[in-house]
Amino acid sequence: MQFGIFTVGDVTPDPTTGRTPSEHERIKATVAIARKAEEVGLDVFATGEHHNPPFVPSSPTTLLGHVAALTERITLSTSTTLITTNDPVKIAEDYAYLQHIADGRVDLMMGRGNTGPVYPWFGKDIRQGIALAVENYALLHRLWREDVVDWEGKFRTPLQGFTATPRPLDGVPPFVWHGSIRSPEIAEQAAYYGDGFFHNNIFWPMSHTKKMVGLYRQRFAHHGHGAPEQAIVGLGGQVFMRKNSQDAVREFRPYFDNAPVYGHGPSLEDFTEQTPLTVGSPQQVIERTLGFRDAVGDYQRQLFLMDHAGLPLKTVLEQLDILGEEVVPVLREEFAKLRPAGVPEAAPLHPAVLGRNPKETS
Amino acid sequence: MTQTSGPVNLVVVSAGLGVPSSSRLLADRITESVRRELAGGREVRVTVVELRDLAVPIANNLVTGFPAEPLADAIDAVTGADGLIAVTPVFTASYSGLFKSFLDLIEPDALTGKPVLIAATGGTARHSLVLEHALRPLFAYLRALVVPTAVYAASEDWGGSGDPMTDTLPDRIARAGRELATLMASRTAAEPDHATATADLFA
Repeated sequence: MQFGIFTVGDVTPDPTTGRTPSEHERIKATVAIARKAEEVGLDVFATGEHHNPPFVPSSPTTLLGHVAALTERITLSTSTTLITTNDPVKIAEDYAYLQHIADGRVDLMMGRGNTGPVYPWFGKDIRQGIALAVENYALLHRLWREDVVDWEGKFRTPLQGFTATPRPLDGVPPFVWHGSIRSPEIAEQAAYYGDGFFHNNIFWPMSHTKKMVGLYRQRFAHHGHGAPEQAIVGLGGQVFMRKNSQDAVREFRPYFDNAPVYGHGPSLEDFTEQTPLTVGSPQQVIERTLGFRDAVGDYQRQLFLMDHAGLPLKTVLEQLDILGEEVVPVLREEFAKLRPAGVPEAAPLHPAVLGRNPKETS
Repeated sequence: MTQTSGPVNLVVVSAGLGVPSSSRLLADRITESVRRELAGGREVRVTVVELRDLAVPIANNLVTGFPAEPLADAIDAVTGADGLIAVTPVFTASYSGLFKSFLDLIEPDALTGKPVLIAATGGTARHSLVLEHALRPLFAYLRALVVPTAVYAASEDWGGSGDPMTDTLPDRIARAGRELATLMASRTAAEPDHATATADLFA
């Protein structure tokens, strides 16, 4: 199983000091967090993509290319790549290039984006969100698999004799996840292609996540990619930990109460009960995370949100130490013990990462 | 989905804030009227949703994007009802903010084709057209089937006939109840099959 972190990249004032980091500080902090993730033994670092303040990560492959140079082992991913408003041709090229730079340590997650104005800013219509995701991904899928593409669709200019360059590393495209909170069409899309399905999970009740993953698994089998339990599932999670759970609650509460997404709404206690948010001891995080398996079955990737709501870099790095030292090793062992034979341990890694020559193994 | 046997689900949403409230009083009178009209062998199961009890979960849902459990149950009850009675007090020339906030949390297509009886309460009969210029368009947008008679109860209606030139409150309640019962009895549901529609995307 793969464990990692995903960042939204929000620039949020620290409610305990009132200080807002500059964009430059936030970007540099993101790089430090990514390096730390590898240092503490995590498997995945994923960045969001946003095109409006107060978010900084508008250029994910610039960030991930830089992180690739500073790391050795960690998989670089996205959470999410906007398949609706980006040109699929540019996604094909950017991420194939990143694959080469990172020697195959790349996968990515498609998402639609939920900020209304971003669509018109990029010349698109949010009412066509699903249709854009479907058409653009169909094209992207071909661009990575066919050397010369003739194509015509509704949303971009036609292509005649087009070759996306560079070609995917060793001819193997990056593994793709499709992320959606509530659209069954996207679960269907992931299932249709036999790609991974990621549910953000945080901010939502587990019952909802369970329903979406269940639909994906069932359709994955319907489309002939394997048994439902062999589908590739990823979940988000959100934690804040201290040795004593009371200390964790006391320290995290002001960040929770003022958080951009859920702040000034439900209490910390209500929200931790209703959603997967866990604020407490490492042992509580272990138990809660193992509980996700009860809802969705054995799954392949767990990403935690660790660096939002204005938490200072120092605190985030401490959290990553706890995650890497006390939580993930236990989770790896427990999940491995529970996972039946025949269920994939993780999302497929690129052959270059596994040290295999794809031509020999295929 | 409408069933031809088993109980009929009648759901009542009351946005009154007082305890007891005149909106609830009106809701109960209308409920009895509908129940009487529906009486014909089938059991009528009545679920009352008091929005006052859900005020905090409603506000939280607006912030977080998902309903806490008691609110989720209320939304399920409303969207699964065979018929709906919606009663709001008139606040500042319209339905109350709490009433609208609750409806804002219901999926836009979840009330399509649903028989609805709209009613309102107020201190004076001068606000009675709120039913026609605020509530009826709201439910028209949601593609609900709103019965022709909307029931408005001003304070004076509780004390007698009010205006001698119009029907009394009990008359209006009885007529509206009859209309809702007729609509509920004749309703044939056609719910969209989501799985089929989704699969078609990739066909």
